[in-house]
Amino acid sequence: MARVVLTYSFARQYASGQTEIEVPGRTVRQLIRALDARFPGIERRLEHDVAVVIDGVLHQNAYLEEVGETAEVAFIPPIAGG
Amino acid sequence: MSEHRYKWVGTRQNRPDGADKVTGRARFAADFNLPGELVGQVLRSPHAHAVIKSIDVSRAAALPGVKAIVTGADFPEQPDQVVPAGEMQVNLRDVTRNIMAKEKALYEGHAVAAVAATTADIAKKALALIEVEYEKLPHVIDVREAMAEDAPILHPQMRTEGVTPTPSKASNIAKRLEFTKGDAAAGFVKADFVIEREFTTQPVHQGYIEPHAALASASEDGQVQLWTTTQGHFQVRGFCCRLLELETSQLRVTPSEIGGGFGGKTVVYLEPVAIRLSQKAGRPVKMVMSREEVFRASGPTSGGHVQVKLGATRDGRIVAADVTVALQAGAFPGSPVGPSCMCSLACYDIENIRVVGFDVVSNRPKVAAYRAPGAPISAWAVESTVDLVALELGMDPIELRLKNAAKKGTKTHYGPTFGVIGMVETLEAAKASAHYRSKVKPGHARGVAAGFWFNIGADSSAAAHVGEDGTVTIISGSPDIGGSRASLAMMAAEELGIDYDKVRPIVADTASIGFSFVTGGSRVTFATGLAVINATRDMIHQLKLRAAKLWEVDVDGVVWQDGEARPSSTNVGEFEPLSLAKLAASASRTGGPINGHAQLNAQGAGPGFGVHIVDLKVDADTGIVTIDRYTAVQDVGTAIHPSYVEGQLQGGAAQGIGWALNEEYIYDARGKLQNAGFLDYRMPVASDLPMIETLLVEVPNPSHPYGVRGVGEVPIVPPMAAIGNAIARATGVRMVDLPMSPPRLSAALDAASPRLAAE
Amino acid sequence: MAKIHVTTTVNGEPTEFLCTATQTMLDVLRDVLGLTGAKEGCGSGDCGACSIIVDDRLVCGCLMLGAEAEGRRILTIEGMAEGDKLHPLQQKFVELAALQCGVCTPGVLIAAKALLDRNPDPTETEVRFGLAGNLCRCTGYDKIVRAVLEAAAEQKEIAR
Repeated sequence: MARVVLTYSFARQYASGQTEIEVPGRTVRQLIRALDARFPGIERRLEHDVAVVIDGVLHQNAYLEEVGETAEVAFIPPIAGG
Repeated sequence: MSEHRYKWVGTRQNRPDGADKVTGRARFAADFNLPGELVGQVLRSPHAHAVIKSIDVSRAAALPGVKAIVTGADFPEQPDQVVPAGEMQVNLRDVTRNIMAKEKALYEGHAVAAVAATTADIAKKALALIEVEYEKLPHVIDVREAMAEDAPILHPQMRTEGVTPTPSKASNIAKRLEFTKGDAAAGFVKADFVIEREFTTQPVHQGYIEPHAALASASEDGQVQLWTTTQGHFQVRGFCCRLLELETSQLRVTPSEIGGGFGGKTVVYLEPVAIRLSQKAGRPVKMVMSREEVFRASGPTSGGHVQVKLGATRDGRIVAADVTVALQAGAFPGSPVGPSCMCSLACYDIENIRVVGFDVVSNRPKVAAYRAPGAPISAWAVESTVDLVALELGMDPIELRLKNAAKKGTKTHYGPTFGVIGMVETLEAAKASAHYRSKVKPGHARGVAAGFWFNIGADSSAAAHVGEDGTVTIISGSPDIGGSRASLAMMAAEELGIDYDKVRPIVADTASIGFSFVTGGSRVTFATGLAVINATRDMIHQLKLRAAKLWEVDVDGVVWQDGEARPSSTNVGEFEPLSLAKLAASASRTGGPINGHAQLNAQGAGPGFGVHIVDLKVDADTGIVTIDRYTAVQDVGTAIHPSYVEGQLQGGAAQGIGWALNEEYIYDARGKLQNAGFLDYRMPVASDLPMIETLLVEVPNPSHPYGVRGVGEVPIVPPMAAIGNAIARATGVRMVDLPMSPPRLSAALDAASPRLAAE
Repeated sequence: MAKIHVTTTVNGEPTEFLCTATQTMLDVLRDVLGLTGAKEGCGSGDCGACSIIVDDRLVCGCLMLGAEAEGRRILTIEGMAEGDKLHPLQQKFVELAALQCGVCTPGVLIAAKALLDRNPDPTETEVRFGLAGNLCRCTGYDKIVRAVLEAAAEQKEIAR
């Protein structure tokens, strides 16, 4: 099970306030789908306009990225930069 | 500091575009011309907030020499949703209204119409003949006033996102964000003391010296060519195609040399307008902004209001933090409030945190990215408050930061747990620096502050071509804003084992190389660097195949070393090494031209940390601050070209010094910008600054073959607080509003002096 | 509007051009003579990107009228190198990475030349004040100042 981490306000809006959720899945997409089964509608919110941090490494577009069995996968607001 | 395991990486080579840039030969956007081109100019709103009731262009159109006029009606309506355009997530309804107003003018300077005419004089006359009927509306400039219940509303359809249930009433607050870790309220109970302050910052402009400029040429068959100054020509293509309903393959964008951007040239202003004018006129159209237009109509960064509350124990542990950041986004949503919230406390390992952010619209130009967008604003507030904690404890400010520094395993308030990071190393290097160990001169004071930025990776393409004589061209799609062509060529030369001057790097147009994300987020040397390395490796593989063919051996029997193919062992056979030149000469016989390609979405850019140290003195009578010594310390991964890495640190620090001491947007009661020029918007000049010392802490980034880490953004994060902290230590007065300009600082000193005298 | 005929010298070349009464020298250089090395950063004399030397005097091209060039000697960035040999200041700027984006560079180099022409051995402070009319947003001026000081020191060495 990977540990999905959501920001507080996002979790309150779309995940019943749970900021840390154990979810099965070996890719970010699988995690998102598993999350959506639990919190219907969350998939649409996590597909775009988020950055994903997998075990401390920032990804701009991580939809198909593989994640380890005990990975920490955090969804955070997008980051571009100057 | 680098140990020079490499031949080229870590050395200081002359940049390939150097000669052109010191002789005036380099072509920036305004230097491009086409036969028969027209001059395009923009009519801008004189009002901060007004309904556009009607626009009558008939008199302007009748003026001889006027060839085309466009208004908001010439740009198709766009959906009110966030969609990708050139890999950026944007609300096209807002973007199309920002380049040309539709129902309302939302800030002074907002584009309302544009003309193309045979001369600049005629274009100017035509603008004066366009009759716009406005109905003035109440406006709001300040971020806190815009958040008030009874504030004039910019967008009647806007509801605050991130609040449940969704509000029924329109608001200027586009979004509310909240991040938590632990329990902030409980944390403050555990604290021995709590320090709470409010801070403000004013919008500041990126201040690139080259104004926006674009030259568009539309053909009757629908194809369009565009030359423009941009940090991302693929983004320009994406935006323009969306806004003008063009197919991507119909628009070819060529980036000029770019005269500074700092984030401000990642969006479009003139480009879609120039294309539309050219389409209507059937002739090329060139548009160049004046400096005044740059100030009034292109993006500065947000001004902000930040509340900080820190709780600490007597032994110097910060145990709780509560931060609220409200950033003005300008006329349309999209301030960098997310990164501002996330960066605010990223330097520290604090058990209990709550950070709340608001994205707020007001009647100012829409903000654009500016170097570490959002981070300097929250860092100004947090780093000033950390200094107050140090003063309260009587503790050395670097010691306090070391005691609370984020490190591997620190869980951030925005979610992720840090991997290997360099905050502690950077603080240690600052502490050990000659500057920090030196005695502060009499009459001077020293300030310190830290800063954090994520750095990004993202999409890059690259190609490598071998010429017939064995020299190499490296092609990327990343505009070179500060010497990146040199770094890319050095990495390619290192891979190939050939001389740096045998490698020529170029920046190709959108039709000549694959998609590449903007030059921004401190990503080019990292991400495009990776693409170049991979393209070079792809080419080396080709070279080995060709050698194998000539030798009639298996490719595994060939190694590439020092610029030539060699047999991997004597078992393979006795062969004379084949140089690049020899392999290039026989390319036709061995399979045709020898090229390499790569495309990737680079991950693992790795965050950067910086610590700045400043010594300064304050003239108590005038409020003038003189900076005597300045040192920027930063965790930079591996410095490919140390001079340009130092340059990033020095330039960022100088921009931060301007932000701290002088730069601000000043509005009058009618919502008009009062200082839209370099005389009154005062950026640092050479005589304002000392040398900026740099200390490069090289902790290689494991996600890059040479250990590259982005460096461009971090250095603008610490300066404001470092300077404010030094001023507080010099005068006993804690400044909470930026800029700490002479009038403000002298007023603050005057206000404090009776009290100081009484103490 | 009738145009004004101007006879002048640009980068050592006898030059004639026609301009309007309101056209700036910068516009003449860029639009009439095709010398786009001088840049327009502000149009108000605040940034120095259009710096040129007129009869040994440092001038903002945007603050001078084209008609004022009559009978003068104009030096622009295009005339700074001698043939294929860069001026020592140009060489030092490349070697010491005294430019990033490079748009202010032509103006900075012209201002630096004007400074060294009248003060071949300036102090750091003199260089900083000599270049105070030239905005650079990329470098923080550090490497620019060092390049000017080094070019001056080298020239002194050669002169000795």
